[in-house]
Amino acid sequence: MAIFRSHVLVCGGTGCTSSKSQLVRARFEEKIKEVKLDKEVQVVGTGCFGLCEEGPIVIVYPEGSFYSRMTVDRVDEIVEEHLLKGRIVEKYLFKEKAKVEHAEEHKSLMDVQFYSKQKRVALRNCGLINPENINEYIARDGYMALGKVLTEMTPEDVIKLMKDANLRGRGGAGFPTGVKWSFAAPNKADQKYIICNADEGDPGAFMDRSVLEGDPHAILEAMAIAGYAIGATKGFIYVRAEYPIAVHRLHIAIDQARELGLLGKNIFNSGFDFDIETRLGAGAFVCGEETALMQSIEGNRGMSRVKPPFPANKGLWGKPTVINNVETLANVPQIIINGPEWFKSFGTEKSPGTKVFALGGKITNTGLVEVPMGTTLREVIYDIGGGCPNGKAFKAVQTGGPSGGCLTSEHLDTPIDYENLAKVGSMMGSGGMIVMDEDNCMVDIARFFLDFIVDESCGKCTPCRVGTKRMLSILERIVSGNGTMEDLDELESLANSVKDSSLCGLGQTAPNPVLATLRYFKDEYIAHVVDKKCPAKHCKALLTYEIDKDKCTGCTLCARKCPVSCISGTVKNPHEINQELCIKCGNCYSVCRFGAVQKN
Amino acid sequence: MKSLEELKRIREEAIKNVEMRNTDKDIRVVVGMATCGISAGARPVLSTFVEEVAKRNLNNVQVVQTGCIGMCTYEPIVEIYTPGKEKVTYIHVDPEKAKRIVDEHLVNGIVINEYTIGTAK
Repeated sequence: MAIFRSHVLVCGGTGCTSSKSQLVRARFEEKIKEVKLDKEVQVVGTGCFGLCEEGPIVIVYPEGSFYSRMTVDRVDEIVEEHLLKGRIVEKYLFKEKAKVEHAEEHKSLMDVQFYSKQKRVALRNCGLINPENINEYIARDGYMALGKVLTEMTPEDVIKLMKDANLRGRGGAGFPTGVKWSFAAPNKADQKYIICNADEGDPGAFMDRSVLEGDPHAILEAMAIAGYAIGATKGFIYVRAEYPIAVHRLHIAIDQARELGLLGKNIFNSGFDFDIETRLGAGAFVCGEETALMQSIEGNRGMSRVKPPFPANKGLWGKPTVINNVETLANVPQIIINGPEWFKSFGTEKSPGTKVFALGGKITNTGLVEVPMGTTLREVIYDIGGGCPNGKAFKAVQTGGPSGGCLTSEHLDTPIDYENLAKVGSMMGSGGMIVMDEDNCMVDIARFFLDFIVDESCGKCTPCRVGTKRMLSILERIVSGNGTMEDLDELESLANSVKDSSLCGLGQTAPNPVLATLRYFKDEYIAHVVDKKCPAKHCKALLTYEIDKDKCTGCTLCARKCPVSCISGTVKNPHEINQELCIKCGNCYSVCRFGAVQKN
Repeated sequence: MKSLEELKRIREEAIKNVEMRNTDKDIRVVVGMATCGISAGARPVLSTFVEEVAKRNLNNVQVVQTGCIGMCTYEPIVEIYTPGKEKVTYIHVDPEKAKRIVDEHLVNGIVINEYTIGTAK
């Protein structure tokens, strides 16, 4: 095998791919060949590094130089200076690292503040290995856990170990994985199934996608381990068709694992057979719910059903089935190799381990982070995420997507775990974390999530189908300025009814954003209803644009830009907006150079 | 895959390729790779270090290149940093000398005085 003296790692996650990292990678390969370094320098495509905000990201080893916001035209300089002459091109380094003067003083990537507070277990290989090369996974102890399980442990041992580790389901509900496996193991059946739930549907969440893109073999290995533990020989990965890169890499990974005999018949000569197929979801949110997911795999319309019977007893095609989320599975091989005590050394007593969060919304470092459970929201949002950009004030953070709730600045010091988040009216959820600043209207946020739910409700049970629709129409009334105080009471009682009487998790959690905003931001609701004002100046119907006569210089720019010509005035004289004609598009506000247009 | 041993064999080979991405290493071998170093023959020196270090599984050693160190007449220059010890600077290094440096200095910890910059003065 050829040994290279330098590796150029180019992120090939979805975030960096959409900012054209493929072109950067192609140019590196081309230029390196041009200067005849192709025998010395290897270009490697990887999964997500996590700091998506700074993408496309390129890391050059052995120095570990972290180049951010790469463009094709910077490639030549880096090849000529760094790879050919050993001079790191400081001006293109990630800003936090740009001060480093010599290669000798170059610090490790983990010294960047974004990474220093993180603990990467599920993401340990993301951004470090080439996900399309099984050897790189094996070099990082890949498939050692499966080997250990098949050659040294009984299925009972595996389940006991998982119970001891107390790994809780990372899809959001937090059910202990070992216990789930122990329900399915004793059931006698001619066929059992393992399903990996990769139907990540929360707006703004991309944890599972990044794991599948960056470390697909970890999921295959974990599924085989789970299969051995419960006696299943067949696995399905239910993944969204909107994740083409993840699907592509999974297929490559499955082929490579089959070729090496890590999937298939008689793995490790133990007599254990296991194989995996993918099933592509069409993007219905409800298919993340396990009973609906199984319906979809069976070829039916994705609709949830009553539980019990639980999947562990009657699951896919009526056979005992275990369904685990991607991130949950990503932890499994590490727990097997390092033991339950190691796993429990991170996190809190009731929620051991780490959790991956997708940071999004009004936050400086948009991206993917993994922290020990018990880390506070403040550490995640400020120390790692860098706070709200442009000096805006933090207002709230939505955890758990459309099923979760928002938390305010008074909760910033809450240590994150399943119980703590539930106690303050939100939930862990799968790990989406959307940060909102002073410009976000909380009533409109509740409306946004409910709008999503109304679209995604499968329609099987009335509370969810009709209840969420009625809640949405009340919210729409409120944001358009036609709400009443009675509406608020009705909204709350309706929300509680939907929560209590819906069939599945989708409906039971759908009112959470409404209930949480009613609990913490009732004043904003009242402002909309009573004063007919939107405190965040977001809801169009409740806004007026006016021109301050003292500041207006009569430059006529706003009048020329107004799409409905509702601004009148002559050159060098103050202008005026005709409120009846104004459509509140905000054009005048954004073009005025003198700050004369006021939004109220 | 028939046994754990088979997997371990694949892993041993594969580690050589990814080991470089671990930046947390104690000993650093720095090869001067500016125009002066390259024209004096630093490139084969660098490759020799990379290959020998990988061949011997010296997982504690990082081989990096750097720019001009400032003493172009002594190129190719190789500096070796070991924590708690003084930096050792080797001059006029060629692939043969590089192999000996790996053997004696990196593996056994013995500085080869005759190659160091001290002899030039």
